[in-house]
Amino acid sequence: MRSKGLLNITRKEIKELLTPSTIVPVLVIALFFASMGNIMGGFQEEVEEKPVIGIVNEDSGEHSKTVMSVLEEKSEMVYNGTDRELGSKYVEEKGGTALLIIPENFSNKIDDGETGYIMVRWFMKGMGVMDTVSSGVVEGLIEEINREVSATLIERETHLPSSHLQRPILKEESTIIQERELEDISPSILGGLMSSQSIMIPIITMMLIMMAGGTIISSMGMEKEDKTLETLLTLPIKRSSIVVGKLVGAAVVGLIMALIYMLGFGFYMQTLEVSDMHLADYGLALSLSDYILVGISLFTALLAGLALSLLLGTFAKNYKSAQTLLFPVTALALIPMFVFMFTDIGNLPTVLQGVMYAIPFSHPIIAMRGLMFDNYTIVFGGILYSTIFSIVMIALVTKIFDSDKLVTGSMSKKGGLIDKLSR
Amino acid sequence: MRENMIEVKELIKKYGDVTAVDKISFQVKKGEIFGLIGPNGAGKTTTLRVLSTLLKISEGEVLIDGCDLDKESAEIRKKISYLPEDAGAYKNLTGREYLRFIAEFFDGKVLASKMVKKGVDIADLDKKIDDKIDTYSKGMKRRLLVGRTFMINPKLAILDEPTSGLDVINAREIRQLIKEYAGAGTTILLSSHNMLEVDFLCERISLIDDGKIVESGSPKGLKNKYDAENIEEVFTKVVR
Repeated sequence: MRSKGLLNITRKEIKELLTPSTIVPVLVIALFFASMGNIMGGFQEEVEEKPVIGIVNEDSGEHSKTVMSVLEEKSEMVYNGTDRELGSKYVEEKGGTALLIIPENFSNKIDDGETGYIMVRWFMKGMGVMDTVSSGVVEGLIEEINREVSATLIERETHLPSSHLQRPILKEESTIIQERELEDISPSILGGLMSSQSIMIPIITMMLIMMAGGTIISSMGMEKEDKTLETLLTLPIKRSSIVVGKLVGAAVVGLIMALIYMLGFGFYMQTLEVSDMHLADYGLALSLSDYILVGISLFTALLAGLALSLLLGTFAKNYKSAQTLLFPVTALALIPMFVFMFTDIGNLPTVLQGVMYAIPFSHPIIAMRGLMFDNYTIVFGGILYSTIFSIVMIALVTKIFDSDKLVTGSMSKKGGLIDKLSR
Repeated sequence: MRENMIEVKELIKKYGDVTAVDKISFQVKKGEIFGLIGPNGAGKTTTLRVLSTLLKISEGEVLIDGCDLDKESAEIRKKISYLPEDAGAYKNLTGREYLRFIAEFFDGKVLASKMVKKGVDIADLDKKIDDKIDTYSKGMKRRLLVGRTFMINPKLAILDEPTSGLDVINAREIRQLIKEYAGAGTTILLSSHNMLEVDFLCERISLIDDGKIVESGSPKGLKNKYDAENIEEVFTKVVR
């Protein structure tokens, strides 16, 4: 008898707890981690793959031959000639990492005890972590060349200074990104500098959307759970005013919450800043007007997020179902943050680019990076898109507020899926 | 002859393929207490929600104080006050703050203050009026909501099961309040499945079953007509 009762209550608990609203978020998170695994797999493959480079060898000495033998073995050479400009063109066209130039008298200088310089022209495709991986591999090759040449010099038992024997080669470098050439900086350092500035925007965007979106969806859930909505809808106030009032209220609360989080995060970021290098030294710092544009982009993204959350909130049946309905908004806020942490929009496959452009929360991140390279079209386009998205969402919400659906719940087949998710 | 506050002509309300209210017609005179009586799911709440501007009319016509419900719902919202069944209030506000929140939708600050004072008097919650609504019992919450309903001096109060779930004493006090405000000129349309309550409160009633009005008249007249001791018996005889 006891086991029958236990079975009965266990069966009831499982039925109560295992609803679409509990399963779907877990499934989506599992899928998200699986796709993240694929991205990380690609990351691993890129480290293991031979880097694509070009070489301009202007020296005929022994050490340049060592350089060539290492590079021939451990890289995919798309150009091997003497024309620097043609080499640059080839490497860029083939999506290569760098053009290495071995200047005249490279070997003689090393034999004479002078530092031999390899000139490296880096081609950086974006500001994400993935975009600096291959340059790290090439830097590793240059280190290997250093060791080979060092070993040759030591074998000869020359009387050169030990510091020269240990490190006979250095690199002179410049980085080309978005058609701009920046002197004396490598992609890894540039990537680090940029991420310290551009990481703030994805995190602020995510925080704002999640906080404000959560507030507004919960507010709708509570209105339904506490049965206050019916009273509100019979008061002498325009339905559009209720919608706008809810949006503004949630925006203010979301901003306050995000500000508190950001203060803490700002202190954390300060502790990580150790470099004396600044983006302004390379002409990449943002001006006041650029920051205003980022602010506008952020505001329109927030508005879009709030309007979308309010739309989903109209389907909430109570506070619990409101929390489930927040999930799509959270996912849409997290996806751009993670994707752009790895790479830039331009480096994504076309379909994924379309998806990223369609998510309004991508645009503040795209704007921040675009403004560093004076790409205003992408910034204004993003602001326009988010504004249109918000207007459409607000119009839809107002229409729902003006219909029976808010009081009776969804009756249409279209609302069926959302209905199931909110259960 | 009193003018009509409500005129409902052949009202139909459908939810998809389901007809919740099927061609009902009735009139409520100004200052009258009119009751819609019927079992759960008969269409009472749907009718009240339509009249409160919450739901759209599928077919038919409704006039409230001369305003067409379909075209002048904004104007109607200035004249009515709706008390839904199991209605709640914002938990994080105090009773007084909630009354002020509602009052400010209706008029300027001076008038709103007068409304709040009236609401506080009706609710009669003593010091608890300044406590968070979250701490109120069901009876106290209902008193606050009745205060909210009548403080704005509505031309029409629409009350859905006004005493539902309340104990005998709270229910009795709320019935007294309804009688009092109807006497002061407010028209009252209420729904209830408590037949004794409508017998006590209403001047006229309509019995509603399966979305249709099956009988109408004064409680006394209906009892005589069906040779019944109470409205419950009338209802049983009508629907059988």
